[in-house]
Amino acid sequence: MAVCIAVIAKENYPLYIRSVPVQNELKFHYTVHTSLDVVEEKISAVGKAMADQRELYLGLLYPTEDYKVYGYVTNSKVKFVIVADSSNTSLRDNEIRSMFRKLHNSFTDVMCNPFYNPGDTIQSKAFDSMVSAMMVQAS
Amino acid sequence: MSPTQWDLPPELCCRPMAFVALTGLDVTYNAIHRAIWDAFCANRRADRVPISFKVLPGDHEYPKCRTKRTSYEWYIPKGILKTGWMNKHLNLVPALLVLFYELDWDDAVWKEKQSECATKVEIVRTSLQGRNTKVAVVLIQKKTPLPPGEDLVASERAASLCNACDLSGKSLFVLPHTDHLVGYIIRLENAFYEHAQTYYYTEIRRVKSHKEFLNKTTHQLLFVRHQFKIAFFSELKQDTQNSLKYYRTAYSLVHELRTHETNMLEIKTMAGFINYKICRLCFQHNTPLDAIAQFRKHIDLCKKKIGSAELAFEHTAWMSKQFQSFGDLFDEAIKLGLTAIQTQNPGFYYQQAAYYAQERKQQATHLCAHEASVSYPTPDHLETPSGALDFYGQRAWRQGHQSIDPPHMEKEKGGILALQMKEKDVPHSELIIALLSNAVAQFKKYKCPRMKSHLMVQMGEEYNHAKDYTKALKLLDYVMCDYRTERWWSLLTSILSTALRCSYLMAHVKDYISYSMELVGRASTLREEQKSRIEKNLIKVLMNEVPEAEPDCDQASAKAAQALWSDRMSLAGSNEFTIEVQDYVPFVQCKAKFLSPSFHVDDPVQLHVYLRADCPHPVRFSKLCVSLSNQVQYNQLCVVEEPCKSQDILEASSQENMCLVPGKTRIYSFKFVAKTEDVGKKIEITAVDLMLGSDNGRCVFLNWRGGGGDAASSHEALLAARSFKSRGRVPEQHVEWDTVSIQASTMIISRIPKISVQLSHEPPALNNEMYRITVSIQSNEETVTKDVKLTAGLKPGQDANLTQSTHVTLNGLEMCDESHPALLPDIAIGDLQPGEKVEKCLYVRCVTTGARIFLFHVAYALSTKVEGKDITCRCHKDETVTIETVVPFEVAVKFVSTKFEHLDRVYVDIPFLLMTDILSASPWPLHLVTSQLQLAPTMAAMDQPQSQVEQVVLQTGECASECFSLQCPPVLNGTSSVASGQYLISWKRKSWCADAPVVTTVATLPHVMVETIPLYVHAELPSFGRVRESMPVRYHIQNRTGLVQDVEMSVEPSDAFMFSGLKQVRLRILPGAEQEMLYNFYPLMAGYQNLPQLNISLLRFPAVSGQLLRRFLPSRIFVKPQGRQAEDASIAAA
Repeated sequence: MAVCIAVIAKENYPLYIRSVPVQNELKFHYTVHTSLDVVEEKISAVGKAMADQRELYLGLLYPTEDYKVYGYVTNSKVKFVIVADSSNTSLRDNEIRSMFRKLHNSFTDVMCNPFYNPGDTIQSKAFDSMVSAMMVQAS
Repeated sequence: MSPTQWDLPPELCCRPMAFVALTGLDVTYNAIHRAIWDAFCANRRADRVPISFKVLPGDHEYPKCRTKRTSYEWYIPKGILKTGWMNKHLNLVPALLVLFYELDWDDAVWKEKQSECATKVEIVRTSLQGRNTKVAVVLIQKKTPLPPGEDLVASERAASLCNACDLSGKSLFVLPHTDHLVGYIIRLENAFYEHAQTYYYTEIRRVKSHKEFLNKTTHQLLFVRHQFKIAFFSELKQDTQNSLKYYRTAYSLVHELRTHETNMLEIKTMAGFINYKICRLCFQHNTPLDAIAQFRKHIDLCKKKIGSAELAFEHTAWMSKQFQSFGDLFDEAIKLGLTAIQTQNPGFYYQQAAYYAQERKQQATHLCAHEASVSYPTPDHLETPSGALDFYGQRAWRQGHQSIDPPHMEKEKGGILALQMKEKDVPHSELIIALLSNAVAQFKKYKCPRMKSHLMVQMGEEYNHAKDYTKALKLLDYVMCDYRTERWWSLLTSILSTALRCSYLMAHVKDYISYSMELVGRASTLREEQKSRIEKNLIKVLMNEVPEAEPDCDQASAKAAQALWSDRMSLAGSNEFTIEVQDYVPFVQCKAKFLSPSFHVDDPVQLHVYLRADCPHPVRFSKLCVSLSNQVQYNQLCVVEEPCKSQDILEASSQENMCLVPGKTRIYSFKFVAKTEDVGKKIEITAVDLMLGSDNGRCVFLNWRGGGGDAASSHEALLAARSFKSRGRVPEQHVEWDTVSIQASTMIISRIPKISVQLSHEPPALNNEMYRITVSIQSNEETVTKDVKLTAGLKPGQDANLTQSTHVTLNGLEMCDESHPALLPDIAIGDLQPGEKVEKCLYVRCVTTGARIFLFHVAYALSTKVEGKDITCRCHKDETVTIETVVPFEVAVKFVSTKFEHLDRVYVDIPFLLMTDILSASPWPLHLVTSQLQLAPTMAAMDQPQSQVEQVVLQTGECASECFSLQCPPVLNGTSSVASGQYLISWKRKSWCADAPVVTTVATLPHVMVETIPLYVHAELPSFGRVRESMPVRYHIQNRTGLVQDVEMSVEPSDAFMFSGLKQVRLRILPGAEQEMLYNFYPLMAGYQNLPQLNISLLRFPAVSGQLLRRFLPSRIFVKPQGRQAEDASIAAA
């Protein structure tokens, strides 16, 4: 279960970012923002080899003392970032992958909405509730 | 307790090397000894054995060896590792002691010297009593020794010396003081190194041997101590593999110790030491992953071992140090060639160290918040009798104490208080900033710009805490634009808030205003009430009042700031600020646009400025100016177009106009008349200035470069363009902000000409003719057009050759030549009344064929009225036409014989024909006026040649031919190519008037080969024959040479003829003479018949064959059938 989920636009500005606990929101924003360094590096490294057969899931971007940051990049260069608690050792790679897949599906639904303007921040109840389901329930 | 309590001791961090002590060397006064010592210690390169040398006096006191314990039964260890132990073995207790002694084998007083040496050995042995330190003796000798075995005296004396000193033969060395000193020294030190290794080996054995006496209940500490010692000795022995193994064992043993609050610090300290050694060795063995894994394990194991809650800051300080020293190790390994990657570099460790340092600071402020009355406890519990601790990581007030509960509650409390008081004085921010800047340097190296920015923000915040606001602002300003361009508004807002606080505390007016402006604007994610508060403060500042304090400022600083602000207020001047808002996201947005990308000079230039405020409350401004690029030129017009007092200019001006209501777009429109000189120039908006505040308070100019827009607007415009909302219709009055686009420049273009220019001509142009183009210009203007000028001719900018081959004139009666230009500029036409029409004829001569573009440019001046102003504008109209030039006709020339046979060469004095064909290629009828043949001197006409095509008119595709009979005079040598001359054709278009100039086209006639022949034959015969009717044929044979010619002639028989005459004859012709031969041919058949062939051969000129001569003779004749008398009669009868 994630503590922070973010969707970052192709131009690297946030489209959606949510975290629990809410009081430390800024720290997560920084964490997501700094993780873009690694995402960019990974994209450019892969981009040279095979741009078409690129694996969307980027895996663990970098571990910090407290959190693990995972990345995922869609073909349109929209980035998903999931931050999980380092202490949550039960979280396996497969689960992270499936979380990203769900996120991607839900994001595609948002994009398909004719009233959504690509590039705007995401304000969708469906997306929100899907993200909530993946987050650690704040007690 | 020093502030560097958490630093690792230097003896731990150095690379342990075998310690060898040298005695008996007087390095101060004895030059030889000095040289020897220098050879040992100077310029030690990496390939020399790792030994640390030290010169000690002969009577040096070495650390006393304590009596060896025989039983550990009642022994309770007081700690894990003594603080002096490592240093003792690195620097105090030598592995080998070397005694230097000057003695040659053949010394005169050998006996005395030997006993003196023995005494010296004895002294050092005594001072090293109980140690396993080896002793060796080096004899410094002046003479080069003989090879071993040859010097009998030497070997005998060596044996006796060994005996006297109780040395083994291996411990006696000879050092001849000769040229090869360094070489000898290197050999010596290798021998020393072996001895040292043996020493450390025995030490390891000795420590290992203790193990059997230990039991697991009381001697747990000793297990760790012994393992550590073994590992350390192994390191001294340079056996790093085993050393690593022992350290690892020691590490796991240290974690097996029972932990409680009293010994937590000692355990962590030792664990940290051992971990440091392990990581260091792993990096040294080039197994960085092992090092990282060990470090992770270490951190995981120790993270939770906080120890005393009252001294929690000690734990975080220790953790911070752990990360920092690992970062240092990592960085050092990288300097030695290890490659790090983006996600695994020392920066992460420094960063983490900084986090712990921050945590330490928080804990310290929390735990050390003693009241002022609490003073440092006396006596100082942190004082120890020796000034230092006996064991690493113990408390000064209860050294050696190993039970669970502290022995003395009062002392414990005093000690903790003392520690807390000390912690208060630690410059936390300095430590944090140093670590952060280390991390920044690393992340910069490993391509992590965002991480770098993040750390710089933290540094800025830390400087803010440390009250170094100038540095804080510098850092924050530096990274702000990164976050702005990446559009992370939440992060930008947080940074701006910090920056605002800093600028408030420094009373930095300009910064305060610019940060406020961004914080109340649309990029800020602050809540409405926050924005409202900041805006109110901003208004206060604009009115030259003191703003309210920012939240989260401590009382004292806020008070100091208030005072600073008051000072600023009273300060005269410097109350005018210009803020370049282009690169920010200010709370007022501005877009300026010209209504059209171009304006005709007779239309007023219109310009709109759109303004919109995003702040929570309406704002009032006092001035809006637009600066245009060619302001200087517009000096007179400036009053109009650059509104100094905007009220005068704005249409429907009112006070309400100067107020910006949040979320509403305001339009300010400007209108001015461009100057006629600016036609063809660009007018650009260089800046838009908006003045907030007033002259009597503070005034701030918001300055937008160009046509407005800010750091966020381009992206917003892009999104708006994509938006579905933009497709909806909006009411006319309401302007959708996002749909306004900036148009920062406009062109002033000339007035639309109301004049018609028409061309009439008959294309294509014919080569070389005077091609006529009629230009008719008609004015459709309502007033008089003055100074009409026509520029006509070849359009400039085409192929340069065209300029050379095109000539333009207005005079159609003369042919024009090279002196005429390709373009006639400014042909004055004068004034034109409205509706008046003029025509001009232009003649163009194109010397080459091909397409040309011709330009007809009519320019004129006109007075008109714009917005009540009289202006004189120049208008012009261009017409271009592409005209193809073609050749009017093709001329073909050929030479034929009098028999109309094609000739490839002609013969001297023998007439031939020149035929010319003129084939018209012109689409228009051509009138050939005349033609003329101009013969070269090498040609002569047979008669007076007259043009046969005079006044002929050729339609397209028609051909006119002429024929001239010519003859060549004799040439010098037998054969040569001669020029024939020229053929001149004079022509013009049929359609053109009679006085149009005639064009003369010259066709050069081809060269022809002329040949001299020795003999000329020609026949004289009737034009036809009749069957069975004799016809006479006469052959004339001329000798054209100066020699008598022998000619053999024969006539071959023919089926069609019978003939009489000489059938075969040989005759002789005199020079220049002619011979006549007569034959009577009697035709036998009707129709075209071949004549009997005449063969002539010249005996002198075998080259001249009958074949050649035969060309001059007719080959056949038409033979009519025999007339039928009867029929003739019948016809006559009829």
